[in-house]
Amino acid sequence: MTGADVVGRERLPLTGPAIVAANHNSHVDTLLLLSVFPPKAMSRVRPVAAADYFLTNPVMSWFATRLVGIAPVSRSVARGEDVLAPAKAALDAGEILVIFPEGTRGSPDEMAPLKAGIARLAEAYPQAPVTPVWIQGAGRVLPKGAVVPVPMNCCVLVGEPLAWTGDRASFMAELRARLEALKDQAPPLKWS
Amino acid sequence: MQDIFAKAVANASAPVLWGIAGVDAILLVGTLAAVLLPILKPGKDYSNLRQRVWSWWIMIVLLSAALIAGWQTMAVLFAGVSFLALKEFLSLAPSRREDRLVILFAYLTVPVAYALVFLDMYEVYLVTIPVWFFLITPFLMTIGGQTRGYLATVATFSWGTITCVYNLGLLPFLARTPGWDAPQAGGAGLVFFLLFVTEANDVLQYVWGKLIGRRKIMPTVSPGKTWEGFLGGWVCTALLIYFLAPVFTPLKPMPAGLLALLLPLAGFAGDVTMSAIKRDLGVKDTSTFIPGHGGVLDRVDSLTFTAPLYFHILAYYALATY
Repeated sequence: MTGADVVGRERLPLTGPAIVAANHNSHVDTLLLLSVFPPKAMSRVRPVAAADYFLTNPVMSWFATRLVGIAPVSRSVARGEDVLAPAKAALDAGEILVIFPEGTRGSPDEMAPLKAGIARLAEAYPQAPVTPVWIQGAGRVLPKGAVVPVPMNCCVLVGEPLAWTGDRASFMAELRARLEALKDQAPPLKWS
Repeated sequence: MQDIFAKAVANASAPVLWGIAGVDAILLVGTLAAVLLPILKPGKDYSNLRQRVWSWWIMIVLLSAALIAGWQTMAVLFAGVSFLALKEFLSLAPSRREDRLVILFAYLTVPVAYALVFLDMYEVYLVTIPVWFFLITPFLMTIGGQTRGYLATVATFSWGTITCVYNLGLLPFLARTPGWDAPQAGGAGLVFFLLFVTEANDVLQYVWGKLIGRRKIMPTVSPGKTWEGFLGGWVCTALLIYFLAPVFTPLKPMPAGLLALLLPLAGFAGDVTMSAIKRDLGVKDTSTFIPGHGGVLDRVDSLTFTAPLYFHILAYYALATY
């Protein structure tokens, strides 16, 4: 019902281990991202999602783990526990990990500060390319807090994959710059 | 399955079947060009031409099937076209956060309008969007409480629903015109003729513009359009309408002449008006839904203007039903 224009679909990774880093404004982001993968690759795509949000309610939990196939990440860290363990397991299994480095949906079409978990993964798995993706308009379809989705066209822009730069700070700066560049290519969003 | 198909074709009128065959023949020439050009003149990128032709085939097959299958299929197909066009429009147009649910309400015009087509409630249809929706929408926006950019947003909703839903919904009404009222080629013939001459006008204006186009007609809105293309397309389409009208429609020579004179102008107006909107919004195409063509709205822009003109000339001069 919503539909998206996809730019650069050929740059999406089709085999793992690979990481896709996207901005996050709406639950629709995950579904949109899954839908732009070819059917064959879709079963290997594993979105990283907050355990405290998606695993508390049994209906949501079933939907998130069985249908969407999330890799749950805990946002409240217990001592000694590796929060990224499920994400690493997915990468070890040769899957395509989808990460929203903003960590939360935030306000529509603004990029919040990026969390560094993705850099730790990229460092641990330098063979996995990190593909930046800018999703535009999903924040209008179903913004944070809204219940009723409204059909609107979205745009998914896929950038060139980036490799591990050698240190976390430069990697995060590079990722942010790539995402900003994709955002500038998107059609104007007249939403105020 | 074969029976249903055979029966539907047997019920379709001869002019419509010949018309579809003619369009297929024209497209076959286009397909040959798309296949042969890369062989004869290699080196250039023909992927857009190939996509365009391929998309044309899909659109022609869908429309032909709907024309042959009857007005109900036509109504369902155009409900889909209206929805997609409206979605493209509402996604591009400036909107306010507070109006998310009003946008959802705007989509309601699609099922309501096409339900009225199915119920054959033409009089109610005429006032539903232009009067009731027109009045209720601003009221709902008032409840939202945001007054910034209020009037411009009201206009956005009215413009989108009138062009994409109300004007296009007239087509399935034409399609269900009873045979006694349009004995030449039935309701399907009326719709076929409108679609054919509207697209022919688009194509002929483009071809004349490519061949001899020099003087720009609207440099600030649509820099590719020329006076030569506009006038050449106008004359050719007018002749086409005047001589084909008796085959597909019950129009007498005088009203057919009027249609011939005005329809190419309406098609041009629809095209450049949508260009003005796109230019204002800073986009070239309304989406990439139809490969090689752009969005649904890019394809039906002239139709949103020619449909009401054609419908009301028919209703005023020829049809007893409307």
